[in-house]
Amino acid sequence: MLKDITIGQYFPGQSFLHRMDPRMKIILTIVYIVLLFMASTLVTIGMSVVFLAVLYRIAKIPGKMVFRGIKPVIPIVIFTALLNMLFIDGEVIWKLGFLSITKEGLWTAFLMAVRIIALIAGTSLLTYTTSPIVLTDAIERLMSPLAKLKFPVHELAMMMTIALRFIPTLIEETDKIMSAQKARGADLESGGLMQRARALIPILIPLFISAFRRADELALAMECRCYRGGEGRTRMKQLKLGGVDIAAALVFCALAAGVILLNLYLPMPF
Amino acid sequence: MEQIISAQQVTFCYQNDEGESHEVLHLLDLDIPKGQMVAVLGHNGSGKSTLAKHFNAILLPSGGTVYVDGIDTKDPQRLFDIRQTVGMVFQNPDNQIVATIVEEDVAFALENMGVDPAEIRRRVDEALQEVGMYEYRMHAPHQLSGGQKQRVAIAGIVAMRPKCIVLDEPTAMLDPRGRSEVMRTIRKLNEQFGITSVLITHYMDEAARCDRVVVMDDGKILMDGVPREVFSQVERLKSVGLDVPAATELIYHLRQKGYQLRQDVIFEDECAEELARFLKEQNVDADH
Repeated sequence: MLKDITIGQYFPGQSFLHRMDPRMKIILTIVYIVLLFMASTLVTIGMSVVFLAVLYRIAKIPGKMVFRGIKPVIPIVIFTALLNMLFIDGEVIWKLGFLSITKEGLWTAFLMAVRIIALIAGTSLLTYTTSPIVLTDAIERLMSPLAKLKFPVHELAMMMTIALRFIPTLIEETDKIMSAQKARGADLESGGLMQRARALIPILIPLFISAFRRADELALAMECRCYRGGEGRTRMKQLKLGGVDIAAALVFCALAAGVILLNLYLPMPF
Repeated sequence: MEQIISAQQVTFCYQNDEGESHEVLHLLDLDIPKGQMVAVLGHNGSGKSTLAKHFNAILLPSGGTVYVDGIDTKDPQRLFDIRQTVGMVFQNPDNQIVATIVEEDVAFALENMGVDPAEIRRRVDEALQEVGMYEYRMHAPHQLSGGQKQRVAIAGIVAMRPKCIVLDEPTAMLDPRGRSEVMRTIRKLNEQFGITSVLITHYMDEAARCDRVVVMDDGKILMDGVPREVFSQVERLKSVGLDVPAATELIYHLRQKGYQLRQDVIFEDECAEELARFLKEQNVDADH
């Protein structure tokens, strides 16, 4: 059962979104989030949502994956919408005691709900089309200017890589330890929350000890392969911005221009 | 012949938790010429892993000197030259693979050394082909079998183009199939590319296939010679808690019972031939 856990949510594919430079993808995702919060009219927010839907189409990510990404934030969306609906002043359209719903409140609630959903769907698209390891690599390179300020960029990326590398190994090991403890009569499934939490101790302790032992051996193996931190290190795979990336950046620029202009010339449609 | 590794009067002590000094290696001398395939045998605690760690400056001798390709391992300025000359493969393949993709892992050492990207690509592909893992270059390590993982670990070392590889019980955690895959790879690297191999092992049949066998006991070298010579001394090996190859053992017991057999048999096919020869002779005698 533990083997079914997947790391990240990468959805392999061959679309141009998959092939794009991960650095460009990260930057464009940030641009998209900014745009979402700039889009304040029905037309512009609609444009942003349709644009995202088209990207999902191109990446060939099935609709149920989008829903799976959004599901956890639905309570937050409802909560935000309710707050906006009830506490924004304006033209009252419905009133019950001290509670009142205004026209403006309703519109803001709708806008916020759409923004949050599009934000989650947009960032999920990044993780759906980029494997965790490539993503780590891209973050390292994007943050590399910070290394001049003594920020440990390489070390953080290395830690991420090793963590990703060892997740499957440690999951397998947990499975083994659980079987071993069950064979010794450990009861992991019954009892209340406290009892079950306590039952985890005989699993976690051997897992921790073995993780430390692994770390020790790995450090030794890394030293044997001349590891000496990020300084003077080269990379086999070089990231290069290609035509696809420039085209994508241009499309995003067009979208941004559209959102800004339409916000100004077609304000508040209701 | 030129020596790739030369240990001279090496002593190594470590302090245990109570602060007592414990001597693991005692005035040990060992020369390993270029291109040789050497097996190091010894029961647990005989100091064989400790000795191996002296060969690429992971440990420095408390007394005496270790030279790697003429470089004193105590010279901190040459540390990375030493580590490039002598690569090391460990027992647990899982704990020496760093990256999440096979080819990235093989590239790890070269990236650390600051090699040019195009050159890394070329050497990684070569190393993967040499160990027969090229088709798996895009796999994640956890999708591979133990033997395959160990070959990836070997490729990660081979990519550095070392002159010598030290393997610390590389087959101990593998199934028989994985063991033979790894042994074949080590043999191939030794024969085709002339890489000196130091193989630390518990398996006598692996040692029998090396050029030379060094037996360690209690921090000292007890025996040193070609496999045939070393394994013919069955009693001496048993006295330090070691076995001999199964074929040698069988012949040994038959000789004890008074059968006139050759003493220096170490391979199974040899053993079969020897027994066949013996039986044929007996039949000839009986016919007369």
